Amino acid sequence: MFDLKGYGPDLLNGAVVTIELAFLSLALALALGLIGAAAKLSNSRVAVGIATSYTTLIRGVPDLVMMLLFYYGGQVGVNMISDYIWATYEIDFFFQFDPFISGVVTIGLIFGAYMTETFRGAFLAVEAGQIEAARAYGFSNWHTFRRVMVPQMLRHALPGIGNNWQVLLKTTALVSIIGLTDMVRVAEEAAKAERMPFHFFIPVAFVYLALTAGSELFIKWLDKRANVGVIQEN
Amino acid sequence: MMPDFFAAWLDKNDIFTAMTIMEYWNGMVTTVQLVFLCLVIGLIFAVPLAILRTVKNPFVSGPVWFYTYLFRGTPLLIQLYIIYYGVAQIPGIQETFWWEIFREPFYPALLAFTLNTCAYTTEIIRGAIVSTPHGEIEAAKAYGMSWLMRMRRIVLPSAARRAVQAYSNEVIFMLHSSAIASVVTIVDLTGAARNIYSRFYAPFDAFIFVALCYMVLTFILVFVFRKLENHLLRHQRPVGS
Repeated sequence: MFDLKGYGPDLLNGAVVTIELAFLSLALALALGLIGAAAKLSNSRVAVGIATSYTTLIRGVPDLVMMLLFYYGGQVGVNMISDYIWATYEIDFFFQFDPFISGVVTIGLIFGAYMTETFRGAFLAVEAGQIEAARAYGFSNWHTFRRVMVPQMLRHALPGIGNNWQVLLKTTALVSIIGLTDMVRVAEEAAKAERMPFHFFIPVAFVYLALTAGSELFIKWLDKRANVGVIQEN
Repeated sequence: MMPDFFAAWLDKNDIFTAMTIMEYWNGMVTTVQLVFLCLVIGLIFAVPLAILRTVKNPFVSGPVWFYTYLFRGTPLLIQLYIIYYGVAQIPGIQETFWWEIFREPFYPALLAFTLNTCAYTTEIIRGAIVSTPHGEIEAAKAYGMSWLMRMRRIVLPSAARRAVQAYSNEVIFMLHSSAIASVVTIVDLTGAARNIYSRFYAPFDAFIFVALCYMVLTFILVFVFRKLENHLLRHQRPVGS
């Protein structure tokens, strides 16, 4: 039997942390992506400028550097704010900036930028005639967005969302560097203590492989469902 | 006026002294070396692997598929850990000359990065080879070209044009991924920033500066690849532009 030297439960907890982190960051990334895409396609020059600088900035900086900045800088920033609140209002306020929150915020922000591009392309792929038809029916802007644009763009966005999710899942391994006890962190500690690197890292690698393979199948299934009403060209 | 202001700012600044700037510079050199070497070696191996991956015989293309699937399905950080911690565990390696090489963290990291980027690049090139228009291959066959000549003269150059955009993304991705080299005690750009952060406890100065450095490197790469793309695809440009 495969012996994990008593690290089995810790590894399992770590895997749960990894999955929680991945799903929470995905939710944040999807929300940011929708907002970003809506901003990029809007008529307001300010909104376009903000969204464009957001995506450019994120894509120029490594995820690890961003994560270190948020983790170490986040605490210093929070301390500054709580000092200020204490000095002006004499309210004692303390907030511990933990690695889980900085992980979710960083990964969400990074993939929000990629999702923005995905959603933007998908919105542009919706036929103009559909939007015109909605206008002709007297739909408001918000109504057109929610009832016509979003349902139709999802089909085009799905492959991109799938790709981003696969990359996001692997990026979650980085949170072990800022001290979150996810599965990589547990494996690293176990490997150092027992001096058996292969014994602990290879199972963890296979968990990631299983997660990516499983999501690949799931995305294929979703894609098939989303394209049910569409005639395939080949 | 500007240099005076700049000199005054540097004079009052405890963090950005000549010494820390030198540390960042050395980190930048390490990052660029690491990324450049792994990309070049990865590309050299990726071309033949991509050709093997398109072969119909499953005993030839299967192992290549397995390799790329394995390395694309797991995080680079785990690959780095397995190689960095694992090499020392290979029985008898400490007596051979390989130990002299792999004792430094630079080479295990280079190996991990190379294997990773090679897997992604193989898939990019394979995609480009598979989408070669049939007519091009038929024309080459009609001219009586052998398989080797067809590959060399028709398929690979045409695939290179289609692969360059995806490959530029992979290059930028690799530059960003190389930041994890700092985890195995390599002092690259991120490693320098982490050292400076822990010396001064100044996260914003240390990490925002290094983020700007990466951004400059990224924009240089984007610019170079745009030039390359324009050069490779100039036959597709509309007439008169």
